[in-house]
Amino acid sequence: MNDRPAVAISGLTKQFKAGVTALSGIDLEVQPREFISLIGPSGCGKSTLLRIIGDLIEPSAGTVEVNGKPAHRARLDHDYGIVFQEAVLYDWRTVSKNIALPLELLRWSREKRSARVKELLDLVELEGFEDHHPWQLSGGMQQRVAIARALSFDPALLLMDEPFGALDEMTRERLNLELLRIWDASGSTIVFVTHSIPEAVFLSTRVVVMSARPGRVAGLVEVDLPQPRTARTREEPRFFELVTEVRERLAAGGAELEVTA
Amino acid sequence: MASIAIEQPGRARVGEATHAAKRAGLVVVGVAVFWGLWEAYRWIGETLGITWPFRVDATNMPHIHDMLAAFNKPLQPGGPTLLHYEWHWALFTAKEALLGFVLGALIGFGLAVLLAHSRILRRGLLPYIVISQTVPILAVAPMVVVGLGTKGVTPWISVAVIATFLTFFPVAMNTLRGLLSPDPRSLELMRSYAADRRSVLWKLRVPASLPFVFSALKLSATACVIGAIIGETPASIQDGLGGAIVNFNQYYSTGPERLWATNIVCAVLGLVFFTAIVVAERLVLHRAPEHVA
Repeated sequence: MNDRPAVAISGLTKQFKAGVTALSGIDLEVQPREFISLIGPSGCGKSTLLRIIGDLIEPSAGTVEVNGKPAHRARLDHDYGIVFQEAVLYDWRTVSKNIALPLELLRWSREKRSARVKELLDLVELEGFEDHHPWQLSGGMQQRVAIARALSFDPALLLMDEPFGALDEMTRERLNLELLRIWDASGSTIVFVTHSIPEAVFLSTRVVVMSARPGRVAGLVEVDLPQPRTARTREEPRFFELVTEVRERLAAGGAELEVTA
Repeated sequence: MASIAIEQPGRARVGEATHAAKRAGLVVVGVAVFWGLWEAYRWIGETLGITWPFRVDATNMPHIHDMLAAFNKPLQPGGPTLLHYEWHWALFTAKEALLGFVLGALIGFGLAVLLAHSRILRRGLLPYIVISQTVPILAVAPMVVVGLGTKGVTPWISVAVIATFLTFFPVAMNTLRGLLSPDPRSLELMRSYAADRRSVLWKLRVPASLPFVFSALKLSATACVIGAIIGETPASIQDGLGGAIVNFNQYYSTGPERLWATNIVCAVLGLVFFTAIVVAERLVLHRAPEHVA
């Protein structure tokens, strides 16, 4: 990996057709190996920002570079994998075949695919479930399949849009730990959208706090909690200090909204 | 966690077997009830002299056992039994219906793929496709047979074309709906992989459409048999069930049970087509139980 930023956003603005400004004047750099969380009230455009990084939506103005190339080029080069709030697994495919979907599109040989799928099943701890269909799995297991699928072609960047938002608190905390382990093992950069403050603090190396209408970066919080994070991390005083800091930044963003509105 | 989420395959198989036995039992009971009702109405009708909506007698309502017995009687003195003839007529009509079904399914599917990719084509072509189905098949059938006949097409293939006409429509409409059914997230996922149109079609749209396609094929499976039978009648084709129906209609007063026997054969042929699709669906579709039509 070179030292080009994994994601470089400058002067980014997004206006929707109805004249709604979703994002305004976003500047952000994400370094390789970082775990960045985007947090903000609903309607702050955090999911929109993630989709623009992934070239699933076009920005109205500004530039987005991924691995030193325009976002569009990066998408065509398969530079990132994406995980949505819903697992978005294809019902007619088994767990193995869902994970192998991007590899089929990349025209990997059958042998290479099955070897890679085996590694990934091991990584997300789903051995023994390869021949199950998505509807036979719990929500947490489905989301692990989605993560394995996103990692299958070993992209440098992982985009995650509230991936654990629909799960219960216990499953979410367990998957948080698993995600950190996967992040460590895969060596990828992660941009993670969430509306949970503790989740953002627990996972991230840096939290990007956003304000709403129009979406703006209201502040950056460096998370200096030691690595690797464990279940105990959530009980440390520094964890609570950082949670408070993020919460205050969010409130400050909201206050700013009231002044401008 | 795992043990909760997973069905026990062994138990499922046992469940399936008893389920199948129950269904077979229901079919037998259904036939018996129908038989009973038929004979009861015949008996009551004859005793009370019911004449509305039709006169109840041996001509209008032959005994079901007479219909079944008719299969075993020779059609002409000293000739083969009716069953022998029915078998060959059914094979002939099945051949027409099968070709019509295959052609109709392919044309319907191809049309749906075309329409799924272009909003303009959907707007422009769809009304004409719908109008095509309002044309009375009985009026068109002789034209098709005669018209294609002058081009040197053998009559049974012309009849298959008529069956195609009844088959393609449900397939086209349902497949189109199925191809357009994937949710925005599934499409976004494909976009994130920079998948081209062809991959999106074959790896997402077509698999997503299969439950819709199969419900259409079930409709078409019976429609193509009807199409073949109707196609034979105005074209005076004597080798199939349609021709037999026309014939037995003319001799109805002397041997009503032969027409009824032929009706039974038509129904059985339709059921065979339908069942073939149900079996194919079982083999091909592995969906969540609530998503299987």
